Amino acid sequence: MNYKNILKADENNYKTFLPIGLVLIFISLTDVFLNSFLKINITSSLPENFSFFSPLILGLIGLQLIRIEYSGIKSIDLLNKNINNNNFNALLTLLIIFCIFKAFPPALSWMILDANISGDTKDACTGTGACWTYIKVWLRRFMYGMYPNELHWRINSAFILVIGLGFAGYFFKDNLKKYLALYYVIIYPLIAFLVIYYLISGGSFGLTWVETGAWGGLSLTFIVSFFCLIFCFPLGMILALGRRSNLPTIRYISVGYIEFWRGVPLITVLFMSSVMFPMFLPQDFFMDKLVRVIIAITLFEGAYCAEVIRGGLQALPRGQYDAAKSLGMGYWKMHIFVILPQALKLVIPGICNTFLALVKDTPLIFVVGLSELAGMLALAKTNPKWLGFAMEGYVFAAIIFWIICYAMSKYSYNLEAKYKTER
Amino acid sequence: MNNKIKKIIPQLITLLFVILVFAFFSINASINMDTRGIDFGFGFLSQESSFDVQFSLIDYDGSYSYYRAYLVGLLNTLLVSFISIIFCTIIGVVIGVARLSPNYLIRNTAAWYVEFFRNIPLLLQLFFWYYAALRVLPLPEKADALLGVSYLTIKGFYIPSMIWNNLDIFIYSILASIISIIFIRFYAKKIQESKGKQIPLVYISAAILITLPLLSFLFGNVSLSFEMPVLKKLAKTSYIFEGGISLPPELIALVLSLSLYTSTFIAECVRAGIQGVGKGQREAAASVGLTPNQVLKLVIMPQALRIIIPPTTNQYLNLTKNSSLAAAIAYPDLVLVFAGTALMQTGKAIEIVSITMLTYLTISLAIAALMNWYNKKIEIKEK
Repeated sequence: MNYKNILKADENNYKTFLPIGLVLIFISLTDVFLNSFLKINITSSLPENFSFFSPLILGLIGLQLIRIEYSGIKSIDLLNKNINNNNFNALLTLLIIFCIFKAFPPALSWMILDANISGDTKDACTGTGACWTYIKVWLRRFMYGMYPNELHWRINSAFILVIGLGFAGYFFKDNLKKYLALYYVIIYPLIAFLVIYYLISGGSFGLTWVETGAWGGLSLTFIVSFFCLIFCFPLGMILALGRRSNLPTIRYISVGYIEFWRGVPLITVLFMSSVMFPMFLPQDFFMDKLVRVIIAITLFEGAYCAEVIRGGLQALPRGQYDAAKSLGMGYWKMHIFVILPQALKLVIPGICNTFLALVKDTPLIFVVGLSELAGMLALAKTNPKWLGFAMEGYVFAAIIFWIICYAMSKYSYNLEAKYKTER
Repeated sequence: MNNKIKKIIPQLITLLFVILVFAFFSINASINMDTRGIDFGFGFLSQESSFDVQFSLIDYDGSYSYYRAYLVGLLNTLLVSFISIIFCTIIGVVIGVARLSPNYLIRNTAAWYVEFFRNIPLLLQLFFWYYAALRVLPLPEKADALLGVSYLTIKGFYIPSMIWNNLDIFIYSILASIISIIFIRFYAKKIQESKGKQIPLVYISAAILITLPLLSFLFGNVSLSFEMPVLKKLAKTSYIFEGGISLPPELIALVLSLSLYTSTFIAECVRAGIQGVGKGQREAAASVGLTPNQVLKLVIMPQALRIIIPPTTNQYLNLTKNSSLAAAIAYPDLVLVFAGTALMQTGKAIEIVSITMLTYLTISLAIAALMNWYNKKIEIKEK
């Protein structure tokens, strides 16, 4: 037996190695666990440097001892296969476990154990942890901006109505199915626009007028990204068709448009909307700031949308075009009845991703003075009664955005997987 | 004939439409500027700017021109993009490789890292680092030295600056060593092709890269000294570090958020690239008798890079464009200095916004052109 294999478990000696290894791993994990959760150091009798590294060394030896090709014990084999393939992986495994042990207690105590949520002034926050009272008090502002409190039902019902109408397509009867695309591309955006305009903005049907300056918070994020999506989709479709057209003027104009907007950052586009747009419009023509921002983002996202749709158009086999042409269809007939329905189905996941990027980009409208969630946070942060709670605010906003974006990315991923199997 | 007209008419209509839109806008703009008494022109660029910028790489104060202010902003943008690109590449490659690790814990930690940082808007991350995380750093007088020489404080990160003597000779020596390495590689390739002999290139290159600059220290009168940041008392309770290089907290927050956010996308590119190389390639290479290192270097990487590089460059471009978020935390980049302060002072909205947009556009198009050329070069040449 050469000395390299002394510490190596094999089928002869694993019965002695296994318990020793497991005990060592157990000691190392309990040491870190007690250290970080209960602040007890069981290895304090050892010299300082060694005490610090002892869990790591013990754990490494333990993992080395239980590493065996086949032991017959299911859990040990699973462990060896997944987290203990070689020394390097064992080291990384231990480091990750230790990091989790070390980071978990402070995060837990900050977020939950030492946190406050009762009361409704700053004085209620006495603990060392987070002050969720701040979020509780400001929640309505974060969600609805400066929109009057008693009118929040209008925003809620508008959203419910718009989402409901969005799902209406699912319940179409078979003989109406052929109008589905027409509904989603033209009718639905129109109705949604009217609903949001009349319900949230008010001014008629006995509803009081609320100016767009008062809109804000998370609901503004949704309004902006929703409108930009429904407007940039047709724009993107036209540009994508233009880019694939065989008429040179149309193609070059589309390419120029797409490359221009894809080459500039959104923030300069927003600056443009706030300082340049008013110069380009007739003198006595007033355009609301929110409308200008929506137009700017639509122009910008339209270029990205066009590239996504072009991907779908290119993915269609040539045969589809040839077949449509051989039936005597012209350009528009071919695209409306044969090409676009198939291509659009292909690009739904891509459009989902564009929408995701759009939602993540909307906080930027903060730079032109519209206060959606990030803007409201900046406002609340500087309120003299509530100074010093920046961390809570940003953690709260991060959690909300994370949930929305994660759900959407999972949804688009599922769609992608679904369409992949269908073809 | 009929067919020709059919092709020309739509083009004419489109062209006419675009021209009409442009004409409408420019007529409106000229009328608006007339009534407001603004004249169009780029003459303001040479005027004295009379505003100050906190952080600049070149000499600048209020007595310089607006053009100089533009340069300051542009250089700051490029600086933050450059640093972030380096960091996000390192993190991205590590995470991307970790996502393919056989270790369950590493694989999932990497996956959660990607999901976490990708799904939070960049602006929020930036605000978090700048307004929340970096605000808990100690004041200058209470800061502990990191590695004994640098100080991380609420007012910025202070590191020693290098003072070179005869820097040019040192740079020439590095250039000379790089050129000689290129020649040796060329020569080695020739030898391998004609005689089949391999030269240990890595060791030779490393040796040259170390020896030549070392020789310049010994014989070229090159020397290097460090200037340490030193704590200085300004008033009774106000301290500041002097000397060395100070990186403002805005820069740190920007680099942190940009590199963490972009690294998730780069990690996905790297993962897709490595997964995109077929399993058969690896097995075939192994069965020819190549060692695992050779398999990685000669078979996997060249093919994976072909998949990785185009989307990664795209991410670098995105990062450069996203660096314009700097304006939100008052880091003096192109948007803040030029499209913010300079615009406020001169009121030349159209000129300044177009210059800013064209600058970003030029950077994007230049990199895109470079990428297209590179893609053409590395694409698989089928015979």
